[in-house]
Amino acid sequence: MSGTGVSDSGLSETGTAAAEIVFELSQVSKRYRSTHGATVDALSDINLSVHHGEFVSIVGPSGCGKSTLLKLAIGLTQPTSGRVLLGSDGTTARRFGMVFQQPLLLPWRTVLRNILLPQVLTHELSTEAAQERAHALLAMLGLESFANHYPTELSGGMQQRVGIGRALMHDPSILLMDEPFGALDAMTRDQLGIDLLRIWEANRITVVFVTHCIPEAVLLADRVVIMTPRPGEIADVLDVQIERPRTLEHVNTPAFGDYVARIRAVFDQRATYH
Amino acid sequence: MVTRDTPRDRVDERAPADAAGNAGPRPAHREIPAWVLSGAVIAGCIVAWQLLVRALRVPIVLVPAPTDVAHALVTGLVDGSLPTQTWVTLQEILIGFGMATLSGLAAALLVTQLRLAEKALIPLIVATQSVPKVAMAPLLLVWFGTGTTSKVVTTALIAFFPVLVNSVLGLRAADRDHIDMLRSFGATRVQILCRLTLPTALPSVFAGLEVAVVLSVTGAIVAEFVGSSAGLGYVMQATNYTLDVATTFAVLVVLGIVGLALHGVIAFLSRRFVYWSAHDRGAADLR
Repeated sequence: MSGTGVSDSGLSETGTAAAEIVFELSQVSKRYRSTHGATVDALSDINLSVHHGEFVSIVGPSGCGKSTLLKLAIGLTQPTSGRVLLGSDGTTARRFGMVFQQPLLLPWRTVLRNILLPQVLTHELSTEAAQERAHALLAMLGLESFANHYPTELSGGMQQRVGIGRALMHDPSILLMDEPFGALDAMTRDQLGIDLLRIWEANRITVVFVTHCIPEAVLLADRVVIMTPRPGEIADVLDVQIERPRTLEHVNTPAFGDYVARIRAVFDQRATYH
Repeated sequence: MVTRDTPRDRVDERAPADAAGNAGPRPAHREIPAWVLSGAVIAGCIVAWQLLVRALRVPIVLVPAPTDVAHALVTGLVDGSLPTQTWVTLQEILIGFGMATLSGLAAALLVTQLRLAEKALIPLIVATQSVPKVAMAPLLLVWFGTGTTSKVVTTALIAFFPVLVNSVLGLRAADRDHIDMLRSFGATRVQILCRLTLPTALPSVFAGLEVAVVLSVTGAIVAEFVGSSAGLGYVMQATNYTLDVATTFAVLVVLGIVGLALHGVIAFLSRRFVYWSAHDRGAADLR
């Protein structure tokens, strides 16, 4: 619908042609069979390319298949048809970190040992290097003084910071986030969003950020992928040309409001609000 | 059957109330600690019992006074008969409980980890669970004789099911999201079992053990009632025949202490191993 967006196909060449593609979905469909035997199209003909260093938000109401999309990306579920590529060399190498809606920390491990969990599972780094990295992440997330606390002693926002630290443990090239701030209050949510931008800019990683919150998607992303449900498909893609670094001040600018309104219009047109 | 599917939630609900009653910040409650209150109630009951028995001249063969019970207790301790018989029963309890714990955990792992075992064994477990295990005691006596073996087997059989049922619940308590989280970081099946499923099961396993250890005492005593030549159950029956009711009461006191002590050990281990929810409890559980 809008000029800046490129719908469905051929959205790989939008000014960032030089950067390599780190995540690509080609004609991906995912069909579930419900308990009553009916088939549900969770995803229908999804084409999406994410370039290195990009911050992409995927926004849509619940049931539009945006979480399924991330599960496909990391191999937790397989597509019914189509192709999923993750990693710069076209393989699904484990160079990603995943952040979930809930912090999903292990209550018997301290904050430090929760962040070290990927290391415990894969032993990718030496013990010293892992410790050093974990402490550096704690410092970056402002959690140094909580290293030896247990998750139950932390607020929801702090727990989610630990979840982000854990995802960054192995220095992933792509960070996948499934409504990571969805369970937090509005103020904590804003703060973590700004913190995330800082981390993204400092670490030069790629972020795919799934959310149902339109302003959040606009504030964070270079590109907003708009998804609608039944069947789950990409309705439009919007380039967000607001200068960086971004702050919460940007939320009050007319340009910001314009982007939000344009995304809302896509949903209104598709009558996805009930 | 006690199950604690979400131990933290339970503790969270309970902690403020207990803390307030125990050592809470409100001055009105701080003046009388809970243990003083409960101790006073117990002491009051014993005094009332003593006075009633003496005032109403209750025959000693019906209800002995606390002083009679204490006398029987001291006599039994001094001549060594009570410690000897207690040790016999305690051995039966510990071996039976140990067997129940090991086999219950093993069966729970089997049932939760292998699809085939689940399908094959669950109906059998449900069917056998509905049979009162105490009713098996005479049969076990015929099979294993009047010695220690029949008592150990009866105890193990009675304690087995709470361990099994609670362990199965615990081993199934790990939720889909946590499993997905671990898989996203490349965890193998064995790693998911060791790093998530087993620790998640611990609170529930310990809840099962707390029930099982108390039932173990029942199991050993019932088995001794059915046919034995030693142990606290045997002493109770023998003293009942000779109308030495004071000694019967003394054995009851010993059994109470044994049960409390064993339960205390399990509760202590539970707090040690399930430290992540235990340390929320704070002083609330101090006795």
